[in-house]
Amino acid sequence: MTEPTITLPQPQASSENYWRYVWRNVRRNRRGLAGLIVIAAMLAVWIFSPLLATNQPIVCKYNGRWYFPAVIEIFQSRGAGPHWIEKPRPFNLPQFDAKKELDPEAFAIWPLIPYHEYEQSTEFLQPPSSRHWLGTDELGRDLAARMIHGAAVSVKVGFVSMGIAAVIGILMGGLAGYWGGLVDMLISRVIEIVVCFPVFFLILAIMVWLEPNIVNVMIVIGLTRWTSIARYTRGEFMRIKGQDYVTAARALGIGHARIMFRHILPNALAPILVSVTFGIADAVLVEAGLSWLGFGVQPPDPSWGNILRTAYDSLNVAPHMVYPPCIAIFLAVLAYNLVGDALRDAIDPRLRGTT
Amino acid sequence: MLAYVLRRVLLAVPTLFGITLVTFFIINLAPGDPAQLQTQGIMDSKVSNRVYEELRQYYGLDQPIIKRYGQWLWRLVRLDFGASMSTDRRPVWHKIRERLWPTMSLAILSLGISLAVAIPIGIYSAARQDSLFDTAGSTILYALYSVPSYVMAVPLILIVAIQWNLLPFQGIRSDDFEQLSALGKIVDLVRHYTLITFCFSYGALAYYARFVRQNMLEVLRQDYIRTARAKGLRERDVIMRHGFRNALIPVMTLFGLLLPSIIGGSVILEVMFNWPGMGRLFFESMMSRDYPTIMALTFITACLVLLGTLLADLSYPFVDPRIAYD
Repeated sequence: MTEPTITLPQPQASSENYWRYVWRNVRRNRRGLAGLIVIAAMLAVWIFSPLLATNQPIVCKYNGRWYFPAVIEIFQSRGAGPHWIEKPRPFNLPQFDAKKELDPEAFAIWPLIPYHEYEQSTEFLQPPSSRHWLGTDELGRDLAARMIHGAAVSVKVGFVSMGIAAVIGILMGGLAGYWGGLVDMLISRVIEIVVCFPVFFLILAIMVWLEPNIVNVMIVIGLTRWTSIARYTRGEFMRIKGQDYVTAARALGIGHARIMFRHILPNALAPILVSVTFGIADAVLVEAGLSWLGFGVQPPDPSWGNILRTAYDSLNVAPHMVYPPCIAIFLAVLAYNLVGDALRDAIDPRLRGTT
Repeated sequence: MLAYVLRRVLLAVPTLFGITLVTFFIINLAPGDPAQLQTQGIMDSKVSNRVYEELRQYYGLDQPIIKRYGQWLWRLVRLDFGASMSTDRRPVWHKIRERLWPTMSLAILSLGISLAVAIPIGIYSAARQDSLFDTAGSTILYALYSVPSYVMAVPLILIVAIQWNLLPFQGIRSDDFEQLSALGKIVDLVRHYTLITFCFSYGALAYYARFVRQNMLEVLRQDYIRTARAKGLRERDVIMRHGFRNALIPVMTLFGLLLPSIIGGSVILEVMFNWPGMGRLFFESMMSRDYPTIMALTFITACLVLLGTLLADLSYPFVDPRIAYD
């Protein structure tokens, strides 16, 4: 007879972290993963845009010295001190070629697109060629360079404006959901009023009076698109505030602010994140639309919206300018929507497939 | 039921008041006014200052803002939107009235088309779940739904209107419209409506089709569908009589939410197609700082959103007697 074995319940490995669970589910979703890759690629293009497209070499050797002008531009154009290191002499392509004849030792690695986004030439509205891969625009600027630098606008607008919206939305929704009663009624009325104004009407109405630039676009989108985040937050706070651990926290005499932001908010964050992701897709779209109408990013600064506008204005002569901005905007919006869908499915599988 | 309707309507009153507040103050507190815009061309600063003051007085902009708000509100109660401050000086209502039809016809047309196409697609793909039609259709619909309408419009204009030279894309009728025969007029209108209607409809179409499919799938999982099948009804009757009727409920409630887009139009698409509708009127009024027109348009649209939500909420118990309000 065998020794009766007593199987003691194994001490449970601490239950899976909620965010790890969400991440595991998102990773399993192939569409969501594709969206994430596109977003990561856009971020990379934004950060490394001078390495991809500028009129300075990435690395060059001239007169026996090494220079890294494009690498330096990354830091200069990212606001890490406007002139924290002096730019070495101009290494514009023709000049460099001329110097190369004098100095046979000279050597340079150029960016993929060796043009600056503001660099004008007399080759107006040229179709794609081996020199200008996507052709040139109405001022002879390289379209590929402008598309690459235009990505910055879409990335920044999406994240910054939704950051603003998330702060407002979480504060408003959190207050309404946590306190209920009169506070809830007041905030709900405010949300209802803001919701009544069609998105574009409200944003345009404010944009017309402000100086049209990217900062104002971000602020306006942030100030008008917080309502859905607030609604989600309110619902989550209302659901969670009745749970035992909140009652326990209250019994321990923890302050309201701490309960709201340390105990409730982390558990309410997932649905809010879904709404923020869809909001980013929307913000990218609204920015491109505003720039198209002329209220957003102003030329000569490149943005996909104003590139599309130039394309629209010269449809007859330069059809090649239409597709790059359209495809870029479409991909960006699609990517955020896919990630949003994946997140929502990961958080609550019951909602899978609902629109 | 009556009490519920009454409560909802009463709750809408403070919201309506809030709408008037936001509309008025966003537009009137901001820097820059029509008088300034209309005196920009005068070089002599003395003259321009005098004209500026005169214009402000003419428009009533020199009065305290609270008083102006009161006056505007009082006129609004009597549905008087005032006279336009742009250089055409016409009553705002006339300007809006002539822009109403192009936008409304477009919205109704695109609503009809998108529902007529979306409902059969949605039902069929739900009835044949996971068939090739369903999976391929779902992917295509998702892609369509993700293409922003103006991003679709520009390549479409390029290919259809310019490269193939098939359809016009500017305005609602040709310049020689008046000289055309009756048949010619109809053909001309249809040609002008085609592209913009497509751009208005395809996104909604994809959305409704996904929505109908989702609702159908949910309904088809219910016990009464199994009962219907068990008692030997034909599959077509099960789907159409027992399934679709119940899936229709959420679709009906969408109508209320659609109301604002029927009148409001789309700013970008109307500007892009040079369409004489409400969206473009809004854009033009913005450019000329035409306060009364902007306020009227914003107010009307906001009210319609409010009304739409109210109708959607109230329509539930009518469409589905199982839902009752206390």
